[in-house]
Amino acid sequence: MSKQSVSTWFKSGSPWIWLNAGAVSISIVMVVGLLLLIAVRGLSHFWPADIMALSYQEPGGEPITLIGELVDTEVVTALRLKSTGVDLPSGQTTGERHLLKVGNRDYFGLDFRWINGSWAGEASYPEKIVAVERREWGDFFGYLLEIRQQGQTIASGDDAWAELQQRLDRSNKLIAQIKQLEKSDIGTINHGLEGLRLKDRKLELEGVVAGSVQHQQIEQERKQWNLRYADITKQLAVLNAAVNRDQMVIQISDGREVEIPLAKVVDIMRPNAMGVGQKIATYGREVWKFVSGDPREANTEGGIFPAIFGTVLMVMIMAVFVTPFGVVAAIYLKEYAKQGPIIRLIRIAVNNLAGVPSIVYGVFGLGFFVYFLGGNIDEIFFSASLPTPTFGTPGLLWASLTLALLTVPVVIVATEEGLSRIPRAIREGSLALGATKAETLWRTVLPMAAPAMMTGLILAVARAAGEVAPLMMVGVVKLAPALAIDTVAPYLHLDRQFMHLGFHIYDVGFQSPNVEAARPLVYATALLLVLIIIVLNMTAISIRNRLRENFKSTES
Amino acid sequence: MELSAKQQARNIAREIDLGAMERGVLKLDIAEEITTLEVKDFNLFYGNKQALHNINMTIAKNRVTAFIGPSGCGKSTLLRCFNRMNDLIDSVTMNGQIFLEGDDLNAPSVNVADLRRQVGMVFQKPNPFPKSIYENVAYGLRLQGVYDRATLDKVVEKSLKDAALWDEVKDRLTESAMGLSGGQQQRLVIARAIAIEPEVLLLDEPASALDPLSTLKIEELIHELKEKYTIIIVTHNMQQAARVSDYTAFMYMGELIEFGATDTLFTNPTEKKTEDYITGRYG
Repeated sequence: MSKQSVSTWFKSGSPWIWLNAGAVSISIVMVVGLLLLIAVRGLSHFWPADIMALSYQEPGGEPITLIGELVDTEVVTALRLKSTGVDLPSGQTTGERHLLKVGNRDYFGLDFRWINGSWAGEASYPEKIVAVERREWGDFFGYLLEIRQQGQTIASGDDAWAELQQRLDRSNKLIAQIKQLEKSDIGTINHGLEGLRLKDRKLELEGVVAGSVQHQQIEQERKQWNLRYADITKQLAVLNAAVNRDQMVIQISDGREVEIPLAKVVDIMRPNAMGVGQKIATYGREVWKFVSGDPREANTEGGIFPAIFGTVLMVMIMAVFVTPFGVVAAIYLKEYAKQGPIIRLIRIAVNNLAGVPSIVYGVFGLGFFVYFLGGNIDEIFFSASLPTPTFGTPGLLWASLTLALLTVPVVIVATEEGLSRIPRAIREGSLALGATKAETLWRTVLPMAAPAMMTGLILAVARAAGEVAPLMMVGVVKLAPALAIDTVAPYLHLDRQFMHLGFHIYDVGFQSPNVEAARPLVYATALLLVLIIIVLNMTAISIRNRLRENFKSTES
Repeated sequence: MELSAKQQARNIAREIDLGAMERGVLKLDIAEEITTLEVKDFNLFYGNKQALHNINMTIAKNRVTAFIGPSGCGKSTLLRCFNRMNDLIDSVTMNGQIFLEGDDLNAPSVNVADLRRQVGMVFQKPNPFPKSIYENVAYGLRLQGVYDRATLDKVVEKSLKDAALWDEVKDRLTESAMGLSGGQQQRLVIARAIAIEPEVLLLDEPASALDPLSTLKIEELIHELKEKYTIIIVTHNMQQAARVSDYTAFMYMGELIEFGATDTLFTNPTEKKTEDYITGRYG
């Protein structure tokens, strides 16, 4: 009876349905779990957490006060605690360990500290504790004592906080001005001077004698640039003097009083005094700063905008290269080439190209694009600036081309698939009206195959946006001095190196001097990379669906 | 083109004949017709397999000629020779000649696209392009480089009217042709074919995928279109052949068994095979 029922159960197919459903569930749990993990770990970093003050006494030591943010709590067995020199009261089998972010790296040496739960006193959350986000050396925690202007005390105690806001605003505005001058104005001047230097060198290469009309002209222009430069330097000196006017004094946990110039401060807040609404507003501001800001402190602080920008721009340029190339190749393979063993061989080769490890493409890109193509371009068009390479060095163009090469098989396969799905009747209908093969392709077949091409592009973008290994050889850098698009002609600088989210994750996670501080940024960056890939894909998918609408009834 | 005295005489005679036919007095005779297409000793092979055996026939101008026969007898293959659709199949080889108004249409000097403009074709399954109704009809004209909106409007309207579809679609010309019913789609495809004013219209089982009402409409349409075009229709439906055609060709196993005026062929076939087929003994 029971044997019979087991065999009927098998025959009914339900075990396979369960098996399939189980596989699907596991996949969903893994994907959702992964996204949740990086989302929670990455996003919680920006929440202005409360800062605790507690007394802490190691056995045989003096009691000290610690101020910091609770980052992590671990429950550890007594045995393990014992090996680190901690004795728990008898009968207790586990103890707690806390990871405290104490900040003030320049005074304490380390800004994260593990403390033992049983040695810590009661934690309190005084509202007056301030958290300072500094331009250098990470966060700073303490009590605000007074505000000074050129060494003279202006306000102290409770007045200091109110006074600080307004002065911080001023210094931040000044710093923005200084940055603008340094980056944009001086950048333009440098660009101009570099142009003159190249002209000079060109004249030299052409054998024009010194002191000719051209030389005089160059000299004149150079003088003008230098005058502008002197002018800006003066402005900068004034601004720098102004920005260094204010200082604040903060008392840190061990009682020392520290003077910090406001010029070194990005933001200051009192998280313990904030309500939930205020915290949410601050959270939003912090996330925005992360998304839109430039990185600082070897990428462990500040934002990742250049990396977002680099990733998106690189993927877009790649799409511009890969789509026409892949589509044209697929049309030839499918429509014009005589189907036979050679075409079959080519098709197998194309499919296998998709399986080549991406680092191999990186090596090829470096050898062929950067050294060979770039080197030759430099010799032909940019000989004046040699031996400094222009295109003969890793850059945005070569990275995009390398990735285009990496993803072209996907586009070819998808387009071929789409072309073979166009009903023969449609082609014959067009031919019967006196259209040539090319006209039929152009007017009827290709528009109908457009959704398939988009599918190819979607797959290509998804693969390219996540690729890191080959990029490390052909253009990605830890810190790019300038974005690839700016206001200096030719506006889009394909020769520049760029930052990339994938590489940024690797860099922050594994090459960073401050591991604990960088960890949440790794998660946040990973989340952002996933989000960007999703956004890019969604855009392409919605375009494809719109195209599909038109041809819906033909496919049925 | 200058007509010879003989042809002029024939034309006049035919005008008279048409009247006589309407009254059921006159029998059609292929020898008295103007020839549009002439097939001479034509053989066709798919690879090694011979699909058409030594076909000889003439297609009369402004008449409806029906090809009937069992599946696989070569009637569609022969039809597709008239606009060289078989060129698309690599393995096809042929010998013999087909003349369109006296010119060999397989001659190397013939431009296939031009030929297909002269010899339009409608397929078994409606195959409108996934474009608007208007663009479907204008497709052939646009291929010829006509972009003038007024001309296009005029031709689209006229073609749709000739295809008896205008009243049904005149308010939704910009909508997708895929939204039309099967019968409407087939008439749209006919409108598309006649928009470029071919001389010959090839219909490859045009009503086989349609319901009886749509079939009736298509048949009425064929009747009207023959005033302007020479029509060749392939059909499985013998009643349809009898209803719409003036001449009928019966094909069997790649051979043309019998060819003659429809009335004669259906009422008094000379070949045994023809009689067997039309009386339903096989096929």
